[in-house]
Amino acid sequence: MKHTLSVLVENHPGVLSKVSGLFSRRSFNIDSLAVGITEDPSVSRITIVVDGDEYIIEQVEKQLNKLVDVIKVKALEPGEFISCELTLFKVHATSSNRSEIVQIAEIFRAKIIDVSRTTLTIEFADTTERTQSLEAMLNPYGVIELVRTGTIALEKGSRLIAPSKNPTNSI
Amino acid sequence: MLITGAQAMVKALEAEDVRIIYGYPGAAICPFIDAIEDSSITYMLVRHEQSAGHAANGCARITGRPGVCFATSGPGATNLITALATAYMDSIPVIAITGQVRSDLIGRDVFQEADITGATEPFTKHSFLLKNAKDLPRVLKEAFFIASSGRPGPVLIDVPVDVQQSMIEFEYPKSVDIRGYKPNFKGHALQINRVAESVSKAKKPVICAGGGIFAAGACKELTAFAKKCFIPVVTTMMGIGALPTDHPLNFGMLGSFGVAAANRAIHEADLLIIVGGRVGDRAVAAPGQIAARTKVVHIDIDPAEIGKNMEAEIPIVGDAKQILHELAEISTPCDSSEWVDYLKNIKSSYHKPVELRPGFIEPRAFIDDLSARMKDNAVLVSDVGQSQIWCANHYKVCSGRFLTSGGMGTMGYSIPAAVGVATANPTLEVVAVCGDGAFQMSMMELATIMHYGVKLKIIIMRNDSLGMVREIQKSMYHARYVATTLKGNPDFIALAAAYGIAGAKINDNSQALEAIDKMLSHDGPYLLECAISPDEASM
Repeated sequence: MKHTLSVLVENHPGVLSKVSGLFSRRSFNIDSLAVGITEDPSVSRITIVVDGDEYIIEQVEKQLNKLVDVIKVKALEPGEFISCELTLFKVHATSSNRSEIVQIAEIFRAKIIDVSRTTLTIEFADTTERTQSLEAMLNPYGVIELVRTGTIALEKGSRLIAPSKNPTNSI
Repeated sequence: MLITGAQAMVKALEAEDVRIIYGYPGAAICPFIDAIEDSSITYMLVRHEQSAGHAANGCARITGRPGVCFATSGPGATNLITALATAYMDSIPVIAITGQVRSDLIGRDVFQEADITGATEPFTKHSFLLKNAKDLPRVLKEAFFIASSGRPGPVLIDVPVDVQQSMIEFEYPKSVDIRGYKPNFKGHALQINRVAESVSKAKKPVICAGGGIFAAGACKELTAFAKKCFIPVVTTMMGIGALPTDHPLNFGMLGSFGVAAANRAIHEADLLIIVGGRVGDRAVAAPGQIAARTKVVHIDIDPAEIGKNMEAEIPIVGDAKQILHELAEISTPCDSSEWVDYLKNIKSSYHKPVELRPGFIEPRAFIDDLSARMKDNAVLVSDVGQSQIWCANHYKVCSGRFLTSGGMGTMGYSIPAAVGVATANPTLEVVAVCGDGAFQMSMMELATIMHYGVKLKIIIMRNDSLGMVREIQKSMYHARYVATTLKGNPDFIALAAAYGIAGAKINDNSQALEAIDKMLSHDGPYLLECAISPDEASM
């Protein structure tokens, strides 16, 4: 089962390597990983989608917490967070079927960002599920190239994930 | 007043009350070692960087404070990796200071450059690469805090040579505040109550004590709790000595190489309390089976260990000393006398008959004799392999220690670690026991022993084999002894004499007591070689 983790880390060189090293060392499966600075330039947020059962997720959280550069780990509850993934699709498109592809893009509210005699490049930012639906619709035309950023996510409403002052005590 | 980065590092070590450091020099660490010369800190030059790491390990275990080792960049630093991995697996606080090439040259593959922070990432609790000498005081303070708090472990500090040479104003911070590292010390009161309640209801309780008891300094609290509630105690290899071996409630080491009473205890218990242990695969081969039929309490300072290998019904994260103290206060004795008698019976009836082989020493009887002659507060440092098992199951700890490389099982650990113990506390009687394979992995340290007059006693259990692997080949590879025969061994006594170290060899148990007495009373280092049959089994 896929779980989304939001991890706040120190914005130091090498921290991403420590996190990915931990995952590889303990054989945790990373589905996707996206990282960037937060509203606080000394803190980066890593959004990781992990494939695993409850035992795996508990271990992932606990092992991440052991890293000194990891400030906070939150496993996002299904239904309690908003997630988004940016994907660019380069689709094979000729004058005969271009309008069909444009229609599909319109239906999904995706953007056309590039066109040539034989291709159309579509930009789509939405949940992983909707992205998969768009991909399924575009596949019959021939997707030449595809690039994804990986999922990013924030909790719904006014909840936020911040460094805590209290000792780490997870049972 | 402006001082160099190197001088600042030394001042920081002094502020951390470091008395002795172990290491090997090189170009990239020259500024640091030059600064050490002017300080109150003693440095010990070993003969291989790995030995410096093991010596810092032994020093840390006996003093309870981080042990410090140093090496130069490149190959000097990489030679520390095995020692750091050894300390990491056993949660020993070690600070490794490595020189690094000039900051502006990092990443250009210059002479003796190695990405040591990258290479040691899986084996350190944390590591630092200094970019600015101004950070040195804070980094040193954080390093010592991280190494020695929570679950202890090794920390590496990589200092480029130009950073060691820059000038800074030195001020040692009064405190640390690392937002990503806030270990929890206090066990949850509710959970502690649940344990006390379970104890009062249990008929067949067992405590399994691991190395964490020593990290927490909780031997007294453990003994008090076990004694008050009348609960049998078993130990992991790292926990040997948590209760004195001859304590009536001590039922020995558990696991694949442990004793029958201990293993029966954990398999038949109705309440298993694990304290300061990580349920390693050698200690508990089938954790799922035990968790399925026993109520498990797991007390540890590291929340990640709880539930990692074995599910715990009552997990408690916190300091073993505080938690065991609480438990001793609020728990009441349980009705376990039948259970304790049952275990006592098993303990006294399981005895491997002593099989004497002419021309060879029977190792278990030998270790029994050694135990009888060593001082109560002596320290035995065992290497890895068959001799480790003979020592673990036969050496009697009274008020001293039994040290070994448990988690990593690093051959060559015993001699340098014993040097660390003996130099950190020169009043102690220290004996290292190793096989002829392990001896040859660190025999270069005989020079260090002579250099500094370390009065270490070394016992070589010589079977001209790599005994433990040979045992595996005997049972699983149709006795095809591939790469486990040590041909070309030197005359170890002559080798010792070449260093100016006295020694003797024996091949009959009737010679044991006299030889041991001679070794222990000799005023200086000593090597005792015992002829062991290659067909001798560890169990």
